[in-house]
Amino acid sequence: MAMFKDVLETVRMIEKERLDIRTITMGISLLDCIDSSGKKSRQKIYDKITRLAENLVKEGERIENELGIPIVNKRISVTPIALIAGSSADLNYVEYAKTLDAAAAAVGVNFIGGFSALVPKGFAKGDRILIDSIPEALATTNNVCSSVNLASSKAGINMDAVKRIGEIIKETAYLTRDADSIGCAKFVAFSNAVEDNPFMAGAFHGVGEGESVLNVGVSGPGVVKRALEKAQDASFGEMAEIIKKTAFKITRAGHLVGTTVAKRLNVPFGILDLSLAPTPEIGDSVARILEEMGLEHCGTHGTTAALAMLNDAVKKGGIMASTSVGGFSGAFIPVSEDEGMIEAVKCGALTFDKLEAMTSVCSVGIDMVAIPGDTPASTISGILADEAAIGMINNKTTGVRLIPVYGKTVGEMAEFGGLLGRAPIMAVNQNDCSVFVNRGGQMPAPIHSFKN
Amino acid sequence: MRAVVTVIGKDRTGIIYNVSKILAENDVNIEDISQTVMHDFFTMIMLVDLKQMTVDFSELKASLEAIGETIGMSIRIQHEDLFNAMHTI
Repeated sequence: MAMFKDVLETVRMIEKERLDIRTITMGISLLDCIDSSGKKSRQKIYDKITRLAENLVKEGERIENELGIPIVNKRISVTPIALIAGSSADLNYVEYAKTLDAAAAAVGVNFIGGFSALVPKGFAKGDRILIDSIPEALATTNNVCSSVNLASSKAGINMDAVKRIGEIIKETAYLTRDADSIGCAKFVAFSNAVEDNPFMAGAFHGVGEGESVLNVGVSGPGVVKRALEKAQDASFGEMAEIIKKTAFKITRAGHLVGTTVAKRLNVPFGILDLSLAPTPEIGDSVARILEEMGLEHCGTHGTTAALAMLNDAVKKGGIMASTSVGGFSGAFIPVSEDEGMIEAVKCGALTFDKLEAMTSVCSVGIDMVAIPGDTPASTISGILADEAAIGMINNKTTGVRLIPVYGKTVGEMAEFGGLLGRAPIMAVNQNDCSVFVNRGGQMPAPIHSFKN
Repeated sequence: MRAVVTVIGKDRTGIIYNVSKILAENDVNIEDISQTVMHDFFTMIMLVDLKQMTVDFSELKASLEAIGETIGMSIRIQHEDLFNAMHTI
Protein backbone atom coordinates (compact mmCIF):
# COMPACT_ATOMS: atom_id res chain seq x y z
CA MET A 1 0.00 0.00 0.00
CA ALA A 2 1.13 3.51 -0.74
CA MET A 3 2.58 5.33 2.23
CA PHE A 4 0.54 7.48 4.59
CA LYS A 5 1.85 10.75 3.14
CA ASP A 6 1.28 9.57 -0.44
CA VAL A 7 -2.37 8.83 0.28
CA LEU A 8 -2.82 12.23 1.85
CA GLU A 9 -1.04 13.91 -1.07
CA THR A 10 -3.45 12.32 -3.55
CA VAL A 11 -6.48 13.26 -1.46
CA ARG A 12 -5.21 16.83 -1.19
CA MET A 13 -4.58 17.03 -4.95
CA ILE A 14 -8.14 15.99 -5.66
CA GLU A 15 -9.87 17.98 -2.93
CA LYS A 16 -7.84 21.17 -2.81
CA GLU A 17 -5.89 21.41 -6.06
CA ARG A 18 -8.59 20.36 -8.51
CA LEU A 19 -6.82 17.30 -9.83
CA ASP A 20 -9.19 15.66 -12.25
CA ILE A 21 -9.30 13.72 -15.46
CA ARG A 22 -10.36 16.29 -18.02
CA THR A 23 -11.87 13.92 -20.55
CA ILE A 24 -12.35 10.36 -21.62
CA THR A 25 -13.01 10.44 -25.33
CA MET A 26 -14.15 7.44 -27.31
CA GLY A 27 -12.90 7.48 -30.87
CA ILE A 28 -15.23 5.75 -33.30
CA SER A 29 -14.50 4.97 -36.95
CA LEU A 30 -17.41 5.76 -39.26
CA LEU A 31 -15.73 4.44 -42.41
CA ASP A 32 -18.23 1.58 -42.60
CA CYS A 33 -21.11 4.09 -42.49
CA ILE A 34 -20.36 5.47 -45.95
CA ASP A 35 -23.38 5.16 -48.24
CA SER A 36 -24.45 6.75 -51.51
CA SER A 37 -27.68 7.62 -49.71
CA GLY A 38 -27.10 10.38 -47.16
CA LYS A 39 -30.13 9.24 -45.20
CA LYS A 40 -28.92 5.65 -44.93
CA SER A 41 -25.44 6.82 -44.03
CA ARG A 42 -26.77 8.97 -41.20
CA GLN A 43 -28.85 6.10 -39.85
CA LYS A 44 -25.74 3.90 -39.80
CA ILE A 45 -23.80 6.67 -38.04
CA TYR A 46 -26.46 7.09 -35.37
CA ASP A 47 -26.77 3.35 -34.81
CA LYS A 48 -23.02 2.80 -34.58
CA ILE A 49 -22.33 5.64 -32.16
CA THR A 50 -25.21 4.79 -29.86
CA ARG A 51 -24.23 1.11 -29.88
CA LEU A 52 -20.51 1.55 -29.20
CA ALA A 53 -20.79 4.45 -26.77
CA GLU A 54 -23.90 3.22 -24.98
CA ASN A 55 -22.05 2.58 -21.72
CA LEU A 56 -19.34 5.25 -21.97
CA VAL A 57 -20.94 7.68 -19.53
CA LYS A 58 -22.11 4.94 -17.15
CA GLU A 59 -18.68 3.28 -16.94
CA GLY A 60 -16.97 6.66 -16.67
CA GLU A 61 -19.15 7.58 -13.71
CA ARG A 62 -18.61 4.18 -12.11
CA ILE A 63 -14.84 4.60 -12.24
CA GLU A 64 -15.07 8.17 -10.94
CA ASN A 65 -16.93 6.74 -7.98
CA GLU A 66 -14.55 3.87 -7.33
CA LEU A 67 -11.31 5.82 -7.68
CA GLY A 68 -12.69 8.99 -6.16
CA ILE A 69 -11.27 11.19 -8.91
CA PRO A 70 -13.57 13.34 -11.06
CA ILE A 71 -13.78 12.69 -14.81
CA VAL A 72 -15.05 16.05 -15.99
CA ASN A 73 -16.08 15.17 -19.53
CA LYS A 74 -17.14 12.11 -21.43
CA ARG A 75 -16.92 12.68 -25.16
CA ILE A 76 -16.86 11.08 -28.57
CA SER A 77 -14.72 11.70 -31.64
CA VAL A 78 -15.56 10.31 -35.07
CA THR A 79 -13.97 9.99 -38.51
CA PRO A 80 -13.97 13.37 -40.29
CA ILE A 81 -17.46 13.67 -41.73
CA ALA A 82 -16.19 15.10 -45.04
CA LEU A 83 -14.76 11.64 -45.77
CA ILE A 84 -17.99 9.87 -44.86
CA ALA A 85 -20.50 12.22 -46.48
CA GLY A 86 -18.49 12.77 -49.69
CA SER A 87 -19.94 9.72 -51.41
CA SER A 88 -23.53 10.87 -50.93
CA ALA A 89 -25.25 13.19 -53.36
CA ASP A 90 -26.07 15.68 -50.57
CA LEU A 91 -25.11 19.28 -51.22
CA ASN A 92 -25.21 20.31 -47.56
CA TYR A 93 -24.01 18.29 -44.56
CA VAL A 94 -25.93 20.02 -41.78
CA GLU A 95 -28.09 16.91 -41.40
CA TYR A 96 -24.95 14.92 -40.60
CA ALA A 97 -24.17 17.37 -37.82
CA LYS A 98 -27.70 16.98 -36.49
CA THR A 99 -27.29 13.20 -36.52
CA LEU A 100 -24.08 13.49 -34.51
CA ASP A 101 -25.85 15.86 -32.11
CA ALA A 102 -28.73 13.43 -31.63
CA ALA A 103 -26.36 10.50 -31.07
CA ALA A 104 -24.37 12.52 -28.53
CA ALA A 105 -27.54 13.42 -26.66
CA ALA A 106 -28.74 9.81 -26.72
CA VAL A 107 -25.60 8.49 -25.02
CA GLY A 108 -25.25 11.49 -22.69
CA VAL A 109 -21.87 12.89 -23.77
CA ASN A 110 -21.37 16.66 -23.72
CA PHE A 111 -19.42 17.02 -26.97
CA ILE A 112 -18.92 15.04 -30.15
CA GLY A 113 -16.05 16.02 -32.44
CA GLY A 114 -15.42 15.19 -36.06
CA PHE A 115 -17.55 17.49 -38.18
CA SER A 116 -14.23 17.93 -39.87
CA ALA A 117 -12.29 18.14 -43.11
CA LEU A 118 -8.60 17.58 -43.82
CA VAL A 119 -7.46 19.92 -46.57
CA PRO A 120 -3.75 20.76 -46.15
CA LYS A 121 -3.12 20.17 -49.84
CA GLY A 122 -6.47 20.66 -51.51
CA PHE A 123 -10.21 20.09 -51.34
CA ALA A 124 -12.01 16.90 -52.24
CA LYS A 125 -15.71 17.24 -53.09
CA GLY A 126 -16.87 16.42 -49.58
CA ASP A 127 -14.41 18.87 -48.02
CA ARG A 128 -15.88 21.90 -49.76
CA ILE A 129 -19.44 20.95 -48.89
CA LEU A 130 -18.53 20.28 -45.29
CA ILE A 131 -16.70 23.59 -44.87
CA ASP A 132 -19.64 25.49 -46.37
CA SER A 133 -21.96 23.69 -43.93
CA ILE A 134 -19.97 24.59 -40.80
CA PRO A 135 -21.71 27.87 -39.82
CA GLU A 136 -25.23 26.42 -39.98
CA ALA A 137 -24.10 23.13 -38.43
CA LEU A 138 -22.63 24.90 -35.42
CA ALA A 139 -25.59 27.25 -35.10
CA THR A 140 -28.20 24.49 -35.16
CA THR A 141 -26.55 21.89 -32.92
CA ASN A 142 -25.52 21.96 -29.28
CA ASN A 143 -22.85 19.32 -28.87
CA VAL A 144 -21.13 19.09 -32.24
CA CYS A 145 -17.55 20.31 -32.61
CA SER A 146 -15.90 21.03 -35.91
CA SER A 147 -12.34 21.32 -37.15
CA VAL A 148 -10.45 21.79 -40.39
CA ASN A 149 -6.80 20.91 -40.96
CA LEU A 150 -5.43 23.67 -43.18
CA ALA A 151 -1.75 22.92 -43.26
CA SER A 152 0.98 20.43 -42.52
CA SER A 153 4.76 20.34 -42.41
CA LYS A 154 4.69 17.84 -45.29
CA ALA A 155 2.18 19.60 -47.56
CA GLY A 156 2.46 23.30 -46.76
CA ILE A 157 -0.49 25.63 -46.24
CA ASN A 158 -3.67 25.55 -48.29
CA MET A 159 -4.13 29.30 -48.60
CA ASP A 160 -7.47 28.92 -50.39
CA ALA A 161 -8.71 27.11 -47.30
CA VAL A 162 -7.18 29.78 -45.05
CA LYS A 163 -9.15 32.44 -46.92
CA ARG A 164 -12.40 30.47 -46.85
CA ILE A 165 -12.13 29.59 -43.16
CA GLY A 166 -11.76 33.28 -42.29
CA GLU A 167 -15.15 33.82 -43.91
CA ILE A 168 -16.61 30.70 -42.27
CA ILE A 169 -15.60 31.96 -38.81
CA LYS A 170 -17.30 35.28 -39.49
CA GLU A 171 -20.49 33.57 -40.72
CA THR A 172 -20.54 31.31 -37.67
CA ALA A 173 -20.12 34.32 -35.41
CA TYR A 174 -23.07 36.03 -37.10
CA LEU A 175 -25.36 32.99 -36.94
CA THR A 176 -24.69 32.58 -33.22
CA ARG A 177 -24.72 36.33 -32.48
CA ASP A 178 -27.40 35.94 -29.80
CA ALA A 179 -24.98 33.99 -27.59
CA ASP A 180 -21.77 36.01 -28.02
CA SER A 181 -20.94 34.11 -31.22
CA ILE A 182 -20.46 30.89 -29.25
CA GLY A 183 -20.54 28.78 -32.42
CA CYS A 184 -16.93 29.84 -33.05
CA ALA A 185 -15.91 28.31 -29.71
CA LYS A 186 -16.81 24.92 -31.19
CA PHE A 187 -14.53 25.25 -34.20
CA VAL A 188 -10.74 24.88 -34.56
CA ALA A 189 -8.54 25.42 -37.61
CA PHE A 190 -5.36 23.34 -37.41
CA SER A 191 -1.91 23.03 -38.81
CA ASN A 192 -0.60 19.46 -38.36
CA ALA A 193 -3.84 18.23 -36.76
CA VAL A 194 -3.38 15.10 -34.66
CA GLU A 195 -5.55 12.07 -35.28
CA ASP A 196 -5.86 10.88 -31.69
CA ASN A 197 -6.62 14.08 -29.81
CA PRO A 198 -9.17 13.61 -27.01
CA PHE A 199 -9.69 17.35 -26.39
CA MET A 200 -12.45 19.44 -27.91
CA ALA A 201 -13.14 21.30 -30.05
CA GLY A 202 -10.52 19.72 -32.28
CA ALA A 203 -11.03 16.01 -31.61
CA PHE A 204 -11.63 13.67 -34.52
CA HIS A 205 -10.93 9.99 -35.07
CA GLY A 206 -8.18 9.78 -37.69
CA VAL A 207 -8.39 7.37 -40.62
CA GLY A 208 -5.25 5.62 -39.42
CA GLU A 209 -6.93 4.77 -36.12
CA GLY A 210 -8.63 1.48 -35.30
CA GLU A 211 -12.33 0.71 -35.22
CA SER A 212 -12.83 2.19 -31.78
CA VAL A 213 -10.47 3.40 -29.05
CA LEU A 214 -10.62 5.10 -25.71
CA ASN A 215 -8.38 8.17 -25.36
CA VAL A 216 -7.90 10.14 -22.19
CA GLY A 217 -6.86 13.71 -21.47
CA VAL A 218 -5.53 14.72 -18.07
CA SER A 219 -5.50 18.06 -16.33
CA GLY A 220 -3.90 19.40 -13.17
CA PRO A 221 -2.50 22.96 -13.44
CA GLY A 222 -3.48 23.54 -9.79
CA VAL A 223 -1.34 20.62 -8.66
CA VAL A 224 1.70 21.91 -10.55
CA LYS A 225 1.25 25.42 -9.18
CA ARG A 226 0.97 24.14 -5.60
CA ALA A 227 4.12 22.05 -6.03
CA LEU A 228 6.04 25.15 -7.21
CA GLU A 229 4.63 27.27 -4.36
CA LYS A 230 6.44 25.01 -1.94
CA ALA A 231 9.78 25.66 -3.70
CA GLN A 232 10.14 29.42 -3.67
CA ASP A 233 13.92 29.48 -4.01
CA ALA A 234 14.22 26.72 -6.58
CA SER A 235 16.50 27.17 -9.58
CA PHE A 236 15.23 26.35 -13.08
CA GLY A 237 16.66 22.86 -12.91
CA GLU A 238 14.93 22.25 -9.59
CA MET A 239 11.65 23.68 -10.86
CA ALA A 240 11.80 21.44 -13.93
CA GLU A 241 12.36 18.46 -11.64
CA ILE A 242 9.34 19.35 -9.49
CA ILE A 243 7.12 19.75 -12.57
CA LYS A 244 8.32 16.43 -14.00
CA LYS A 245 7.52 14.54 -10.80
CA THR A 246 4.11 16.16 -10.53
CA ALA A 247 3.32 15.48 -14.19
CA PHE A 248 4.29 11.85 -13.64
CA LYS A 249 1.74 11.43 -10.86
CA ILE A 250 -1.02 13.20 -12.76
CA THR A 251 -0.33 11.11 -15.84
CA ARG A 252 -0.37 7.86 -13.89
CA ALA A 253 -3.83 8.70 -12.58
CA GLY A 254 -4.97 9.42 -16.14
CA HIS A 255 -3.44 6.22 -17.45
CA LEU A 256 -5.18 4.17 -14.78
CA VAL A 257 -8.54 5.76 -15.58
CA GLY A 258 -8.06 5.36 -19.34
CA THR A 259 -6.99 1.75 -19.25
CA THR A 260 -9.71 0.82 -16.75
CA VAL A 261 -12.51 2.45 -18.74
CA ALA A 262 -11.18 0.92 -21.97
CA LYS A 263 -11.13 -2.55 -20.41
CA ARG A 264 -14.66 -2.24 -19.11
CA LEU A 265 -15.95 -0.98 -22.45
CA ASN A 266 -14.02 -3.72 -24.22
CA VAL A 267 -12.24 -1.35 -26.58
CA PRO A 268 -8.48 -0.82 -26.90
CA PHE A 269 -6.87 1.96 -24.88
CA GLY A 270 -5.68 4.54 -27.39
CA ILE A 271 -3.51 7.33 -26.02
CA LEU A 272 -3.10 9.53 -23.04
CA ASP A 273 -2.82 13.22 -23.83
CA LEU A 274 -0.75 14.77 -21.06
CA SER A 275 -1.74 18.35 -21.71
CA LEU A 276 -2.16 20.68 -18.76
CA ALA A 277 -5.73 21.82 -19.41
CA PRO A 278 -6.96 24.78 -17.35
CA THR A 279 -10.53 25.76 -16.44
CA PRO A 280 -11.96 29.18 -15.59
CA GLU A 281 -12.08 28.17 -11.90
CA ILE A 282 -9.68 29.75 -9.42
CA GLY A 283 -6.76 27.41 -8.78
CA ASP A 284 -6.91 25.67 -12.17
CA SER A 285 -4.84 28.05 -14.27
CA VAL A 286 -1.75 27.58 -16.45
CA ALA A 287 -1.08 31.35 -16.37
CA ARG A 288 -0.78 31.20 -12.59
CA ILE A 289 1.94 28.52 -12.88
CA LEU A 290 3.97 30.87 -15.07
CA GLU A 291 3.44 33.67 -12.56
CA GLU A 292 4.50 31.35 -9.75
CA MET A 293 7.88 31.10 -11.49
CA GLY A 294 8.36 34.81 -10.83
CA LEU A 295 6.47 36.75 -13.48
CA GLU A 296 4.34 39.63 -12.25
CA HIS A 297 1.70 38.81 -14.82
CA CYS A 298 1.43 36.22 -17.55
CA GLY A 299 2.37 38.00 -20.78
CA THR A 300 5.34 39.97 -19.52
CA HIS A 301 8.86 39.36 -20.85
CA GLY A 302 9.99 35.91 -19.81
CA THR A 303 6.56 34.35 -20.34
CA THR A 304 7.53 32.47 -23.51
CA ALA A 305 10.60 31.01 -21.81
CA ALA A 306 8.59 30.03 -18.72
CA LEU A 307 5.98 28.33 -20.87
CA ALA A 308 8.62 26.52 -22.90
CA MET A 309 10.12 25.05 -19.74
CA LEU A 310 6.74 24.10 -18.29
CA ASN A 311 5.68 22.44 -21.52
CA ASP A 312 8.87 20.45 -21.84
CA ALA A 313 8.96 19.36 -18.20
CA VAL A 314 5.33 18.19 -18.36
CA LYS A 315 6.18 16.03 -21.37
CA LYS A 316 9.30 14.60 -19.76
CA GLY A 317 7.45 13.70 -16.58
CA GLY A 318 4.42 12.32 -18.34
CA ILE A 319 6.04 10.25 -21.07
CA MET A 320 7.35 7.64 -18.63
CA ALA A 321 4.04 7.38 -16.83
CA SER A 322 2.01 5.94 -19.69
CA THR A 323 2.61 3.25 -22.27
CA SER A 324 0.93 5.33 -24.93
CA VAL A 325 1.21 9.10 -25.06
CA GLY A 326 -0.30 11.06 -27.93
CA GLY A 327 -2.66 13.88 -28.81
CA PHE A 328 -1.25 17.35 -28.16
CA SER A 329 0.59 16.62 -24.93
CA GLY A 330 1.69 20.07 -23.80
CA ALA A 331 0.28 23.04 -21.92
CA PHE A 332 -2.91 24.67 -23.15
CA ILE A 333 -3.25 28.44 -23.12
CA PRO A 334 -6.93 29.10 -23.88
CA VAL A 335 -7.69 32.64 -22.78
CA SER A 336 -11.37 32.31 -21.88
CA GLU A 337 -10.83 29.00 -20.06
CA ASP A 338 -8.04 30.20 -17.78
CA GLU A 339 -8.71 32.58 -14.93
CA GLY A 340 -5.10 33.83 -14.89
CA MET A 341 -5.07 34.48 -18.64
CA ILE A 342 -8.32 36.45 -18.39
CA GLU A 343 -6.83 38.57 -15.63
CA ALA A 344 -3.60 39.10 -17.59
CA VAL A 345 -5.50 40.32 -20.65
CA LYS A 346 -7.71 42.58 -18.55
CA CYS A 347 -4.75 44.32 -16.92
CA GLY A 348 -3.02 44.77 -20.27
CA ALA A 349 -0.09 42.43 -19.56
CA LEU A 350 -1.04 39.83 -22.18
CA THR A 351 -1.48 40.95 -25.76
CA PHE A 352 -2.49 39.11 -28.89
CA ASP A 353 1.05 39.24 -30.27
CA LYS A 354 2.54 37.78 -27.09
CA LEU A 355 0.00 34.98 -27.22
CA GLU A 356 1.13 34.22 -30.75
CA ALA A 357 4.75 34.01 -29.58
CA MET A 358 3.70 31.68 -26.76
CA THR A 359 2.06 29.30 -29.23
CA SER A 360 5.43 28.60 -30.82
CA VAL A 361 6.59 26.75 -27.69
CA CYS A 362 3.50 24.93 -26.47
CA SER A 363 0.32 23.28 -27.58
CA VAL A 364 -2.03 24.34 -29.01
CA GLY A 365 -2.32 27.83 -30.44
CA ILE A 366 -4.44 30.97 -30.39
CA ASP A 367 -7.15 29.29 -28.36
CA MET A 368 -10.46 30.73 -27.17
CA VAL A 369 -9.50 34.28 -27.95
CA ALA A 370 -12.32 36.78 -28.37
CA ILE A 371 -11.69 39.58 -30.87
CA PRO A 372 -13.87 42.50 -32.01
CA GLY A 373 -16.93 41.48 -34.01
CA ASP A 374 -16.08 43.88 -36.81
CA THR A 375 -12.70 42.23 -37.51
CA PRO A 376 -12.60 41.59 -41.29
CA ALA A 377 -12.56 37.97 -42.51
CA SER A 378 -9.24 38.68 -44.21
CA THR A 379 -7.64 39.65 -40.89
CA ILE A 380 -8.87 36.38 -39.38
CA SER A 381 -7.36 34.57 -42.35
CA GLY A 382 -4.10 36.41 -41.73
CA ILE A 383 -4.10 35.15 -38.14
CA LEU A 384 -4.85 31.62 -39.39
CA ALA A 385 -1.96 31.82 -41.84
CA ASP A 386 0.47 33.01 -39.15
CA GLU A 387 -0.46 30.19 -36.79
CA ALA A 388 -0.42 27.61 -39.59
CA ALA A 389 3.08 28.79 -40.47
CA ILE A 390 4.29 28.44 -36.87
CA GLY A 391 3.00 24.87 -36.83
CA MET A 392 4.31 24.03 -40.28
CA ILE A 393 7.83 25.31 -39.73
CA ASN A 394 8.18 23.92 -36.20
CA ASN A 395 6.71 20.49 -37.01
CA LYS A 396 4.09 20.89 -34.32
CA THR A 397 0.37 21.20 -34.03
CA THR A 398 -1.09 24.66 -33.86
CA GLY A 399 -4.75 25.49 -33.76
CA VAL A 400 -6.82 28.62 -33.90
CA ARG A 401 -10.09 29.02 -32.02
CA LEU A 402 -11.05 32.65 -32.49
CA ILE A 403 -14.34 34.25 -31.60
CA PRO A 404 -15.09 37.51 -33.42
CA VAL A 405 -17.86 38.44 -31.02
CA TYR A 406 -20.67 39.96 -33.00
CA GLY A 407 -21.61 43.46 -31.82
CA LYS A 408 -18.83 43.67 -29.23
CA THR A 409 -15.46 45.35 -29.20
CA VAL A 410 -12.27 45.84 -27.17
CA GLY A 411 -12.98 46.49 -23.50
CA GLU A 412 -16.10 44.31 -23.39
CA MET A 413 -16.40 40.71 -22.21
CA ALA A 414 -17.78 37.72 -24.08
CA GLU A 415 -19.63 35.27 -21.83
CA PHE A 416 -19.71 31.64 -22.97
CA GLY A 417 -20.46 29.89 -19.69
CA GLY A 418 -19.35 26.56 -18.25
CA LEU A 419 -15.97 25.20 -19.24
CA LEU A 420 -15.77 27.61 -22.19
CA GLY A 421 -15.61 30.46 -19.70
CA ARG A 422 -15.52 34.18 -20.41
CA ALA A 423 -13.12 36.29 -22.41
CA PRO A 424 -12.09 39.94 -22.57
CA ILE A 425 -12.14 41.06 -26.19
CA MET A 426 -8.58 41.53 -27.40
CA ALA A 427 -7.34 44.05 -29.91
CA VAL A 428 -5.96 42.78 -33.21
CA ASN A 429 -3.70 44.60 -35.64
CA GLN A 430 -5.77 47.09 -37.66
CA ASN A 431 -3.61 47.04 -40.78
CA ASP A 432 -5.01 45.35 -43.83
CA CYS A 433 -3.76 41.94 -45.08
CA SER A 434 -6.48 41.25 -47.63
CA VAL A 435 -4.22 41.45 -50.69
CA PHE A 436 -1.97 38.82 -49.14
CA VAL A 437 -4.87 36.56 -48.18
CA ASN A 438 -6.58 36.89 -51.57
CA ARG A 439 -3.60 35.56 -53.51
CA GLY A 440 -4.80 31.99 -52.96
CA GLY A 441 -3.03 28.78 -53.94
CA GLN A 442 -0.66 26.62 -51.91
CA MET A 443 2.12 27.90 -49.72
CA PRO A 444 4.86 25.31 -50.41
CA ALA A 445 6.00 22.85 -47.76
CA PRO A 446 9.13 23.97 -45.93
CA ILE A 447 12.59 22.49 -46.29
CA HIS A 448 13.20 19.86 -43.63
CA SER A 449 16.88 20.41 -43.24
CA PHE A 450 19.12 23.45 -42.58
CA LYS A 451 17.10 24.19 -39.44
CA ASN A 452 18.00 27.57 -38.06
CA MET B 1 -9.95 -5.93 -4.29
CA ARG B 2 -8.75 -3.43 -1.72
CA ALA B 3 -9.61 0.16 -1.02
CA VAL B 4 -8.24 3.04 1.04
CA VAL B 5 -10.48 4.84 3.53
CA THR B 6 -9.33 8.31 4.55
CA VAL B 7 -10.91 10.07 7.51
CA ILE B 8 -9.98 13.69 8.11
CA GLY B 9 -11.39 16.23 10.56
CA LYS B 10 -11.38 17.64 14.07
CA ASP B 11 -10.53 15.02 16.69
CA ARG B 12 -13.37 13.64 18.85
CA THR B 13 -14.30 10.39 20.55
CA GLY B 14 -15.70 7.45 18.62
CA ILE B 15 -14.26 8.11 15.16
CA ILE B 16 -12.68 4.69 14.71
CA TYR B 17 -15.72 3.05 16.33
CA ASN B 18 -18.15 4.72 13.92
CA VAL B 19 -16.14 3.98 10.80
CA SER B 20 -15.27 0.41 11.68
CA LYS B 21 -18.89 -0.27 12.64
CA ILE B 22 -20.01 0.53 9.08
CA LEU B 23 -17.20 -1.59 7.66
CA ALA B 24 -18.01 -4.55 9.93
CA GLU B 25 -21.73 -4.37 9.12
CA ASN B 26 -20.88 -4.75 5.44
CA ASP B 27 -18.28 -7.49 5.90
CA VAL B 28 -15.39 -5.26 4.93
CA ASN B 29 -12.16 -6.40 6.59
CA ILE B 30 -9.66 -3.85 7.89
CA GLU B 31 -6.10 -4.87 6.99
CA ASP B 32 -4.14 -1.86 8.17
CA ILE B 33 -4.77 1.36 10.05
CA SER B 34 -2.54 4.42 10.47
CA GLN B 35 -3.60 7.53 12.26
CA THR B 36 -2.18 10.74 13.65
CA VAL B 37 -3.58 13.62 15.66
CA MET B 38 -1.86 16.99 15.21
CA HIS B 39 -3.23 20.11 16.90
CA ASP B 40 -6.64 18.48 17.37
CA PHE B 41 -6.69 17.52 13.70
CA PHE B 42 -7.38 13.84 13.19
CA THR B 43 -6.17 11.94 10.10
CA MET B 44 -6.72 8.24 9.63
CA ILE B 45 -6.00 5.97 6.71
CA MET B 46 -7.37 2.44 6.56
CA LEU B 47 -6.54 -0.24 4.05
CA VAL B 48 -9.62 -2.45 3.68
CA ASP B 49 -10.38 -5.67 1.83
CA LEU B 50 -13.64 -5.66 -0.13
CA LYS B 51 -13.63 -9.32 -1.21
CA GLN B 52 -16.41 -10.39 1.17
CA MET B 53 -18.31 -7.11 0.95
CA THR B 54 -22.06 -7.67 1.06
CA VAL B 55 -23.11 -4.40 -0.57
CA ASP B 56 -22.32 -2.50 -3.71
CA PHE B 57 -19.24 -0.20 -3.62
CA SER B 58 -21.34 2.92 -4.11
CA GLU B 59 -23.65 1.91 -1.21
CA LEU B 60 -20.66 1.44 1.08
CA LYS B 61 -19.33 4.81 -0.03
CA ALA B 62 -22.69 6.46 0.67
CA SER B 63 -22.87 4.89 4.16
CA LEU B 64 -19.37 6.09 5.01
CA GLU B 65 -20.10 9.59 3.75
CA ALA B 66 -23.33 9.64 5.75
CA ILE B 67 -21.63 8.65 8.99
CA GLY B 68 -18.93 11.22 8.19
CA GLU B 69 -21.54 13.92 8.05
CA THR B 70 -23.06 12.75 11.33
CA ILE B 71 -19.77 12.88 13.20
CA GLY B 72 -18.44 15.94 11.34
CA MET B 73 -15.56 14.25 9.51
CA SER B 74 -14.66 13.98 5.83
CA ILE B 75 -14.63 10.28 4.91
CA ARG B 76 -13.56 9.00 1.50
CA ILE B 77 -13.17 5.51 0.12
CA GLN B 78 -11.15 4.98 -3.04
CA HIS B 79 -9.78 1.93 -4.79
CA GLU B 80 -6.20 1.20 -3.81
CA ASP B 81 -5.19 1.18 -7.50
CA LEU B 82 -5.18 4.98 -7.74
CA PHE B 83 -2.59 5.40 -4.99
CA ASN B 84 -0.40 2.61 -6.27
CA ALA B 85 -0.50 4.06 -9.78
CA MET B 86 0.41 7.56 -8.67
CA HIS B 87 3.09 6.77 -6.13
CA THR B 88 4.91 3.68 -7.33
CA ILE B 89 6.95 3.20 -10.49
